[in-house]
Amino acid sequence: MSTANDPVIRANGLAKRYQIGRAQPHDTLRDAFAHRMRHFWQRLRPKPADGSGSRSRTEDFWALQDVSFEVRRGEVVGIVGRNGAGKSTLLKVLSRITEPTRGSVAIRGRVASLLEVGTGFHPELTGRENIFLNGAVLGMPRAEIRRKFDEIVAFSEVERFLDTPVKRYSSGMYVRLAFSVAAHLQPDILIVDEVLAVGDLQFQRKCLGKMRDVTRTEGRTILFVSHQLSAIRQLTSRCLLLSQGRIEADGPTLEVLDRYVRAEEQPEITGSGRHASIREAGLVTEQGLRVTGLHGENRLWLEVVVETDGHPHSSLECFLTDLDGTRLGLYSPGHFTGWRLPPIAGRHRFRLPLSLPPLATGRFGIDVCTTDHGSGPDHYVPNAVLLDSSSLINFPAKWELRKEYAAGYFILDAGDPRPVSPSPA
Amino acid sequence: MSAKTSNDELLIEAGRSDLHYWADLWRFRELLGFLAWRDIKVRYKQTVLGILWAVIQPAVQTVLLTFVFGKLAGMPSGPVPYVAVVLAGQIAWMLFSSAFTGVGNSLVSNTHLVGKVYFPRLIAPLSVLAIAVVDTLIVLAITLPLAPLAGIVPTWRWLLLPAFMLAALAVAFGAGLWICTLTVKYRDFRFITPFLLQVGMFITPVGFSTQFLPNWRDVLSLNPLTGVVEGFRWCLLGPQQELYVGSLVASLATSLALIVSGLWYFRRTERRFADLI
Repeated sequence: MSTANDPVIRANGLAKRYQIGRAQPHDTLRDAFAHRMRHFWQRLRPKPADGSGSRSRTEDFWALQDVSFEVRRGEVVGIVGRNGAGKSTLLKVLSRITEPTRGSVAIRGRVASLLEVGTGFHPELTGRENIFLNGAVLGMPRAEIRRKFDEIVAFSEVERFLDTPVKRYSSGMYVRLAFSVAAHLQPDILIVDEVLAVGDLQFQRKCLGKMRDVTRTEGRTILFVSHQLSAIRQLTSRCLLLSQGRIEADGPTLEVLDRYVRAEEQPEITGSGRHASIREAGLVTEQGLRVTGLHGENRLWLEVVVETDGHPHSSLECFLTDLDGTRLGLYSPGHFTGWRLPPIAGRHRFRLPLSLPPLATGRFGIDVCTTDHGSGPDHYVPNAVLLDSSSLINFPAKWELRKEYAAGYFILDAGDPRPVSPSPA
Repeated sequence: MSAKTSNDELLIEAGRSDLHYWADLWRFRELLGFLAWRDIKVRYKQTVLGILWAVIQPAVQTVLLTFVFGKLAGMPSGPVPYVAVVLAGQIAWMLFSSAFTGVGNSLVSNTHLVGKVYFPRLIAPLSVLAIAVVDTLIVLAITLPLAPLAGIVPTWRWLLLPAFMLAALAVAFGAGLWICTLTVKYRDFRFITPFLLQVGMFITPVGFSTQFLPNWRDVLSLNPLTGVVEGFRWCLLGPQQELYVGSLVASLATSLALIVSGLWYFRRTERRFADLI
């Protein structure tokens, strides 16, 4: 009756208001009573004309405003945005936990929402009992839980502790068990909030794999919130970008993510050095388009704008780091080939040919710094560029190993920085 | 299941009184069962005496009340031993108070569920009734076989006991709904509940029988629990017990009013639970 192109979710002008300041205005009767009394007193007195002294100490906060979108059957849609952008509120509205203040959503099909790992787990109950309880909480019929029980247990890898109360579980075991139950849900629409952020890496990967299988083979509709952009990129083909409660972008994942990372997450470059300072840094394609990650571009360039006072011994250095700040690789034209910044005061724009080894899925940073040869770093900008990598996408692994540094290899190609055009100071 | 529901369109909108609510309640009956089962399972975990606690508390209360009303105050008890009068009242009271407290706390004690998953919230107060019933059945299973020792023989009236248990639950559920809805917003009611129970214990004929206080009977019957407690005695204690219809009618009428109004208030506030709790 329904075709694959039917929208299964149609959100129309959704808005959700919370009152902040005194979020729950009357948490105790005493507050409510005091409030009433104040109200009463104010009504007795003439109102000040300017409206000052009004009773309201609450402030409206619109967690969602005018959010409209459609999701078709079988689509996997990622939702990204900063903390507080309204992602979780949107999921709560869609899963009927809270009601929208305005607007409506029409939903076709059975919805299961996974806003937290292990919702309804009871610490005193055993793993076996919690599988049933959690399944029921997530809306799985008992017969279905029973049918899938063995599969769930096998997936969770906690067979040995099945009859131990989960309060004795390590947090890893707890998460594994909880996610296993969730992974075996079979709703028409699955709503998932940042739940993959927990658990060890290996298990995270397994879960991602499971979710991918589910969407591919069973054509399930999934809405997926995550801060792990690599996970979003692997799983989704379309993305919503929320910002301050509004939809700022809705389109193909790669485009939306690039926009998001550029708009929200690219760090600002601050500070300056004694002789030479970094002013801009970013990744560009051959054609000069700004990008934020590795997803299939043939070749990427690191573009850096440096402002120098003409000091003759300045050079550039870059470090590839993970987000903990561990240095994974170094590129230092100053050390490798004796390259120097031009001894001309002013702004210079350079492109450095990047040729990265196949990086693991995740997020990396590139620290960029100017150096003063002989005295060390001059202007050091940690994470001047953020870089997302998705290991699932095979980009041409054409890189040159020149020198080993620390635990990894240096990451940038041999070619010296190439001035693009010396811009006027 | 999904095949059928797939084509039903669900509309989420502000202020929409959900037409599916009662159907949903039925669809979630398994969750109701699981929550009840969870509460029962967890109740006596990590206790040494375990299920005995269900018996110890009413036993001690019964001894105390028998001493105060039977011995000190010298109240009459008719042909049955005084302790039997108190015990029958105590069982009824226990059923009520445990259900009332449970229903009153049911939402706040399931806060994490309310904030994270959808289910008709009425499931929460309904599921806690099970624990009160189970505790009461345990006490009955222990005391009823002992009844002949007190000269009480089983009669057909014993079979009507479930009806009176239902009446006790009805009062508890209706009153508890109000408390549980109010507690979501005003945590004061967590403190008010024990206080109400303490007062209730004194104005309910738990430690004495109204049969021997004809002057006070009508006044006491204003309390919806009077009819319930006297009903328990009428069922359990043998043919000499009278059933005062007035108190029973008052009890049923009050509980009906409490349930209807409680449901109304609960449903009205329900959609804001997740924001308030």
